[in-house]
Amino acid sequence: MLIGCSVLIALLFLCAFFWANKSGQHEDTFTPSIRILFEDEVTEDDSSSK
Amino acid sequence: MRRNVEIVASCYHCGDEVTDTPYVMEDHTFCCLGCQTVYQILNENNLQSYYTYNVHPGKAQKSSQADLSYLDEPNIIAKLVDYQDTEIGVITFYIPVIHCSSCVWLLEHLYKLNPAIASSQVDFMKKQTSITFKNQEISLRELVQLLVNIGYEPKITLQDVVKEGKKINQGALVRKITVAGFCFGNSMMISFPDYFGMGVFEREYASFFGYMNLAFGIPVLLYSASDYFTSAWYSLKQRRLNLDVPLALGILVLFLRSAFDILNQSGAGFIDTLCSLVFFILIGKWVQQRTYYHISFERDYRSYFPVAVTVIQDHDERPIQIAELQVGDRILVRNNEIIPADAILLNGYAAVDFSFVTGESKPIEKTLGELVYAGGRQIGGAIELEVVKPVSQSYLTRLWNNESFKSYDKNFDTFVGLISKYFTVALISIAMLAALLWAFGGNADRAWGAFTAVLIIACPCALALSSPFTLSAALSIFDKNKLYIKNTSAIEQMAAIDTIVFDKTGTISSPTSSAMYFEGELTKMERQIVSSICRNSSHPLSREIVKWLAEDFIVPIERYAETVGMGQEGIYQDYVVRIGSAGFVNQSRMTVGGSVVYVSVNDNIKGFFTLEQSWRTGLSDVINELKKNSYHLHLISGDNERRADTLRLIFPEQTKLLFNQTPSDKMTRIEAWQHEGKRVCMLGDGLNDAGALRTANLGIAVSDDINNFSPGCDAILDGVSFDKLPRFFAFAGDAVKVIKISFVISMLYNVVGLSFAVQGTMSPLFAAILMPISTVTIISFTSLMTRWYANRRKLI
Repeated sequence: MLIGCSVLIALLFLCAFFWANKSGQHEDTFTPSIRILFEDEVTEDDSSSK
Repeated sequence: MRRNVEIVASCYHCGDEVTDTPYVMEDHTFCCLGCQTVYQILNENNLQSYYTYNVHPGKAQKSSQADLSYLDEPNIIAKLVDYQDTEIGVITFYIPVIHCSSCVWLLEHLYKLNPAIASSQVDFMKKQTSITFKNQEISLRELVQLLVNIGYEPKITLQDVVKEGKKINQGALVRKITVAGFCFGNSMMISFPDYFGMGVFEREYASFFGYMNLAFGIPVLLYSASDYFTSAWYSLKQRRLNLDVPLALGILVLFLRSAFDILNQSGAGFIDTLCSLVFFILIGKWVQQRTYYHISFERDYRSYFPVAVTVIQDHDERPIQIAELQVGDRILVRNNEIIPADAILLNGYAAVDFSFVTGESKPIEKTLGELVYAGGRQIGGAIELEVVKPVSQSYLTRLWNNESFKSYDKNFDTFVGLISKYFTVALISIAMLAALLWAFGGNADRAWGAFTAVLIIACPCALALSSPFTLSAALSIFDKNKLYIKNTSAIEQMAAIDTIVFDKTGTISSPTSSAMYFEGELTKMERQIVSSICRNSSHPLSREIVKWLAEDFIVPIERYAETVGMGQEGIYQDYVVRIGSAGFVNQSRMTVGGSVVYVSVNDNIKGFFTLEQSWRTGLSDVINELKKNSYHLHLISGDNERRADTLRLIFPEQTKLLFNQTPSDKMTRIEAWQHEGKRVCMLGDGLNDAGALRTANLGIAVSDDINNFSPGCDAILDGVSFDKLPRFFAFAGDAVKVIKISFVISMLYNVVGLSFAVQGTMSPLFAAILMPISTVTIISFTSLMTRWYANRRKLI
């Protein structure tokens, strides 16, 4: 029973990996590291929100 | 003491030095109108953040604009876009200027510039941007124009049109690895109780565990390992033995024996060993296949030819696709455009830069009625030509369409390939021998056990891993030193090289660092005038002259005039100065090589500037080092013998220095050497070397910008690392040495394993331990040894 559960959970992770791989998560591993540094709207919105 | 305090203003957009009258806008200075326009566009759209992420993120906008009208042709559009329907279109552009985070930011905020752009995404490493746009509201041409306006001109070439499925898809392999890894982990977990000993209560579950294991083994056998079976089958069909044969045999026997044991309830089987084996060898395969996705090694003339060309029909200009170009068409080639087919010059002043073809950057002047070969870049005004040969038949492209050339596949035996022949034979004979011995001893059970155990234990897992791990470690070390090698087998090929052939222009001479000489004499005043005149011109030679003269003081020039492709003139006080070609200054041509610029003051020739490309740094050291390591060296150049004497001094005496070689001459030369049994490495750069690069056992393209054009080759060497060449060759030899040593180690493991196996006393636990241990030893040994050798060669 427990073994069945563990295998099932492992299968879930396997599927999750397939999904990520297919949706192209691992294709570009460099650009997101730049993208995260951008701030949302640095310009005049700041002054209005204060 | 007076000191000259020099304040160099730099362009807010691109960071270039602002030389003459700067363009000023909102406290920021710009070097040219182009940069200012980009700033203006961004400013109007609240995109100033572009300038906050980096200082001077832009690239200079000085280059002139290209004609984009071909982007209105529906059939061209259809070939360029990735996807389109009535509402949206998706297109991926290659934009070479992407270089910093500001670029990424701006290109991903394109929707702010034009609402018709739905979204855009940048892949930094590949320098690509894929844009989703509403094609009712913005045409492809407008989209490209927008990108050009903000300084991100996409490079659209013929290769984009002829899209070929060249992408190596690793997705399937990754999936196979994950399946194998998943089964490996689970079956290991299930096998543990058996290894540690089970209580009486647990014994009840032993058969259940066995069936579970078997269930995990089936996907590994059928899915993950399927490649090995097909590969082994093909190689058997061709009556050759590659390494996949013993691997596939081992895997199959492992599974059959385990299934037999489990179903008979006679043992626990080796499913976990099977899974780990497949898992590790697949990882080895993955490591081997990993290459540089951002560098293209397969570029040919198409990646450099434009998509369309302007054709004149009944006084009408119309862009048509290169492929539709026919003999007899009149084409219009503007400044900086490429001549797509062999054609006869009909109209205009042609100065054609064949640097892509020959590596020689000096523009060649053509007279009316002369044949102009495809691949040249027109510099100066627009010219009209009549096509005499279709694109696919032209002098340049013929090289690629040559049948013998196309089918030529580099085929050579790698060390592992060589070994695996003997290995397989030896393995099967040992297995047979062991089985026969036990069978004659009247122990049939043991015979079967020994036979299968031999095949299992000797399965060349470690051997299969040693070469990919060593070579990929070597690959990354070459990568750090800016030698980009296409694949791992090219390294083994590199180690076997005994003859090195150099091209001259652009390969051993550096295209970027050239030395300027002036013959004649100029007074201080004349120097200032020449410098002031040349400042007005954007011609590369004029810039070189300004740099060389290094005069700070600028005199006001009157009646400045530039005749494109000829020269320039100007008047200061009573000096009438003309600077330009021999014809421009009324000078009868002198036989001086290189690019020559004459200077005349009041119709008196004062002298001339010549520009000679200088050799790459460390050339003579490289040659000496290679000579010491007993490589045969040769030089093949398409150029004339202008500088043969200096080369004689650098190269050893027995070197063949061949000049005036056509591209096909180069190719046949290399073939001739290969027939002599030499293993030839060719170093070249231009398209004229492409044939030679392809024919040679190892073709290395020398380039100063790896993302720039380079012909098809096995490796791309950044010009900066040219001096490391001898060390690269030595290190490739070291890598092969490491493979051989690790082969010996894996053999030792096999001998230990076999001594147990032939006795028929191999337990699943023993196999489960020995297999991973040998694998881990080989992986760590090869990586450590490769790094150690690299350290010794001072490559890291």
